Amino acid sequence: MSSNALLAAAAILPFAGSVLAGALPSRARTPAAVLAGLVTLASLGCILALTPQLSGGNTVVHAVEWLPSLGVNLVLRLDGLAWLFCVLVLAIGALVVLYARYYMAAADPVPRLYSYFLAFVGAMLGIVLSGNLIQLVLFWELTSIVSFLLIGYWYDNAAARDGARMSLTITAAGGLCLLVGTILIGRIVGSYDLDAVLASGDTIRNSPLYLPALVLVLMGALTKSAQFPFHIWLPRAMAAPTPISAYLHSATMVKAGIFLMIRLWPVLSGTEQWYWIVGSAGMATLLVGSWSAIFQHDLKGLLAYSTISHLGLITLLLGLNSPLAVVAAIFHTVNHATFKASLFMAVGIIDHETGTRDMRRLSGLWRAMPYTGTLAMVAAAAMAGVPLLNGFLSKEMFLSEAVDNMGDHPIHIALPVLATLASAFTMLYSLRFIRQTFFGPPPHDLPETPHEPVRWMRIPIELLVLTCVAIGLVPNLTIGPALGRAVAAVFGADAPTYSLAIWHGFNLPLVLSMIALGGGVLLYVLFGKRIDTNPRGGPWLMDRLDGGWLFERSMTGLTRGARALELWFGAERLQPQLRILFLAALLAALAAGVARGLDLFAPGRLTPFDPAFALMWIVGAACAVGAAERAKYHRLSATIFVGGAGLVSSLTFLWLSAPDLAVTQILVEIVTTVMLLLGLRWLPKRDAAIPAPPSERARARRRRIIDLCIAAFAGLGLAGLAYAVMTRPAGDGIARWFVEEAYPQAGGRNVVNVLLVDFRAFDTLGEISVLGIVGLTVFALLRRFRPAPDSLERPKQQHSHDAYDRAREGRKPGDTAADALLVPRVVMTWLFPFIILLSLHLFLRGHDLPGGGFAAGIALTIAFILQYMACGAQWVEERLRIQPIAWIGLGLLIAAGAGAASWLFGRPFLTAYFAYWELPLLGKVPAASALVFDLGIMVLVVGASALMLVALAHQSLRRTRSAEAEAEPAAEETA
Amino acid sequence: MEIVLSAGIGILAASGVWLMLRPRTFQVALGLSLLSYAVNLFIFAMGRLTVGAPPVLKTGPETVSVDDPVPQALVLTALVISFALTALFLVVLLAARGVTGNDHVDGREPHHAEPTPEKPHP
Repeated sequence: MSSNALLAAAAILPFAGSVLAGALPSRARTPAAVLAGLVTLASLGCILALTPQLSGGNTVVHAVEWLPSLGVNLVLRLDGLAWLFCVLVLAIGALVVLYARYYMAAADPVPRLYSYFLAFVGAMLGIVLSGNLIQLVLFWELTSIVSFLLIGYWYDNAAARDGARMSLTITAAGGLCLLVGTILIGRIVGSYDLDAVLASGDTIRNSPLYLPALVLVLMGALTKSAQFPFHIWLPRAMAAPTPISAYLHSATMVKAGIFLMIRLWPVLSGTEQWYWIVGSAGMATLLVGSWSAIFQHDLKGLLAYSTISHLGLITLLLGLNSPLAVVAAIFHTVNHATFKASLFMAVGIIDHETGTRDMRRLSGLWRAMPYTGTLAMVAAAAMAGVPLLNGFLSKEMFLSEAVDNMGDHPIHIALPVLATLASAFTMLYSLRFIRQTFFGPPPHDLPETPHEPVRWMRIPIELLVLTCVAIGLVPNLTIGPALGRAVAAVFGADAPTYSLAIWHGFNLPLVLSMIALGGGVLLYVLFGKRIDTNPRGGPWLMDRLDGGWLFERSMTGLTRGARALELWFGAERLQPQLRILFLAALLAALAAGVARGLDLFAPGRLTPFDPAFALMWIVGAACAVGAAERAKYHRLSATIFVGGAGLVSSLTFLWLSAPDLAVTQILVEIVTTVMLLLGLRWLPKRDAAIPAPPSERARARRRRIIDLCIAAFAGLGLAGLAYAVMTRPAGDGIARWFVEEAYPQAGGRNVVNVLLVDFRAFDTLGEISVLGIVGLTVFALLRRFRPAPDSLERPKQQHSHDAYDRAREGRKPGDTAADALLVPRVVMTWLFPFIILLSLHLFLRGHDLPGGGFAAGIALTIAFILQYMACGAQWVEERLRIQPIAWIGLGLLIAAGAGAASWLFGRPFLTAYFAYWELPLLGKVPAASALVFDLGIMVLVVGASALMLVALAHQSLRRTRSAEAEAEPAAEETA
Repeated sequence: MEIVLSAGIGILAASGVWLMLRPRTFQVALGLSLLSYAVNLFIFAMGRLTVGAPPVLKTGPETVSVDDPVPQALVLTALVISFALTALFLVVLLAARGVTGNDHVDGREPHHAEPTPEKPHP
């Protein structure tokens, strides 16, 4: 296999395995474990097979184009550092798979766990192998999401849900900061490619954007690595199953932040800002973590805070701006992963076999589980930094760096002192962990009788502990080559020289190390009892400082704030929304006017005044004001007034040389009015006689005055603007071109119609699609329409008709209603063919004279609706089958087909063709392909508007049917 | 003419905005109609006013001074869309009335006062 294929396989296999594991039945514990183990090992094999190609600081790069326009490619890039992390992730992953198989109960849906687990492995590999910063952030967020699922695996447990939520909130928020920081780095460098970024360290450090980029990137890294004060999520994430804790908090999730800091160390570090931010975060975390770990009674809690302190240690090393410290950081990352994973697994075994993790209840387990006890003891010793184990080596390096980087500033003396203090704390809690759990009197009343676990469950711990010892004894043979490759990858040719020997002679770091070990023992002897029976609960001095409380408070505050914002600006209430909208529009217009010099009355061209036009507009204005006034209590008259205003605006179009608009407007007006009239039936009765409570009157009055002002200013503004524009001469726009070319290019004399069906036909196609969609939406909404109960009663008029009919001999109830409007009905029925003819006329002349498909379609709809009005829906539908939905589809097909036909001639979509045909009787008619398009418009308009009207009209019919259905049984009862 | 038309546009717009700020759905529907008349006329007026010269060519190709056809085409489109808008709004308000049992724009009566305290104009 080529190196590219190996690399791609290593990255993709975990995700494929995740999908497969997710598809397994929920009780398939063993198959899922086998699958996960095979996938992890296969991926590990791929990475190991690539090892020879990394010699001499080489990298293996496999790039796939992803978003070339943004300069973002999918790049897999394996170098020494990535290799080391890959092996950590996959090797410990494989051990966790084995361990989890025996840890998880048969009743748990284990395949789900393995599915998440493999996805997490894939996301971690994605981060580590990213050759592109954006890609890195993507996988970074993926680890946040998958870790949320893993921590919340037992989602019926409230603590697991809360822990998962907190970890997601903190790490994903950090991830967003990281994204912004990454984009800043991308802007500074001009590329997101990792190689390009790594090559421009000086550019980044000298950029004015350096500080924001640094802070944002560090927000990502520090939240992920649980650095103070973001560390609070990590102890709460202990609600996850122990194998998951062992994985997330030893080798992977928290190490992603460390990885990022190491990855970008060459380009971001070396400045004062880096030193202070990273160094002080690391130091604070180291102290807070190790101090808090001392006081934990829960074994997993102890390990969680210990993890925090070790992450702080690594961060502190990275913050020292010293290449040797980075070597120590990488080394300690590996060591911490091995001993912490084994400790988590040992704690898991204790929990599994005894049923508790509370150190106050546990004691003397040595007798029951000497083997596990030995393993845990070795791992704890490695954690404490006891000589001959791996933890000792990296702690030595840490102390030596702390001594070497003291500098001359007095405050820097604190560095080795605090480092030693934290090491003593580490010794103290390691000792306490072993002493409390395995020694002392035999345990009593444990939930279960302790015994050694099954053989397979111990194997992962054995291997990890063996690694700890092997690295501790012969570091050069074991970790040496891998560490060398990683260091070479970070520093290139400037790699520092370092020594992995166990014995460096009798020097200050060794003395400090011994002081720390001895001090830890001494502290335990002095305070051990009091810590065990700690009456204050939390860590001394810090028991009042509760990060969780702060987090919950800020989350509550955020929710409240969001709710308040929603209340103020949310779309829940329409009126304030519209008020804000109109006010904003007014202010924007005013601001623009003031900024550009408001001059409404520039002397300009005026059209001669016509008193008739003014008279017409007096009527129009009266109609508008009348509609506004009547709309609340007198809906019918308001509807008529609106119709009047529409009529005036239609006449205005006609007057001012826009016959097409006039025709269309008046036809639309008719249909709209019919529709409004059909709707009136379902609105509640509104009575002006009901008085308002006095408390509300002032409020209502104030609101109405404000609204009146807004409306008046909006009207004034629009009027002024219209006047200002109309009195200025028009610029030389595109109008002349359309007028000149309408006939030569499109064969039409009606320029407006030519514009719609030819020059701008694509717009029109979109517009009729909207109309069709609205028609369908109306239909869909009304299919499920349930009228309010108070509008179900028969209208008053029908009652009086029926009463009249009952009072007379020889009349059945309903006769008067059937007789109503007899003459107009006959006229309306007979109008049917004439309106169809009008519609056809409007359609055919459209290209040359006012008319066109839209007007023709509306006219045809009016023909139909007149029949409905005259004879009722049932009568019409017995004789005439209109299928509006089919019409809509047909119209769209015709219009789009007319457009697509131009493809047959090798022209772009909607290219029109025209000719004139001589037809018998009719004479010369225009035969443009635009006419077909216009036909599509007409058919669709008929379909859509008829669909709306018929759907509305059917509501009354439906009510009658349901009322009849109710009435029938009632009638039978009375009979 | 200009002053009449701009005053007309202003009054239509003012009535429309006033109605759109009212609490009853039917008022808002009518307000929407009135405001769209005003806006359509406004767009149309951007092509300046011409009396008796529609953009319909008498014979074949010729260059005559006619009204600007571009705003007209835009308004024709706007007419169709405002028709669709009114129809959709009407149906939504009917459906909301059926679901909520009232015709307040928020779908519920203001809880402090029942019925609403507004008085009709004198």
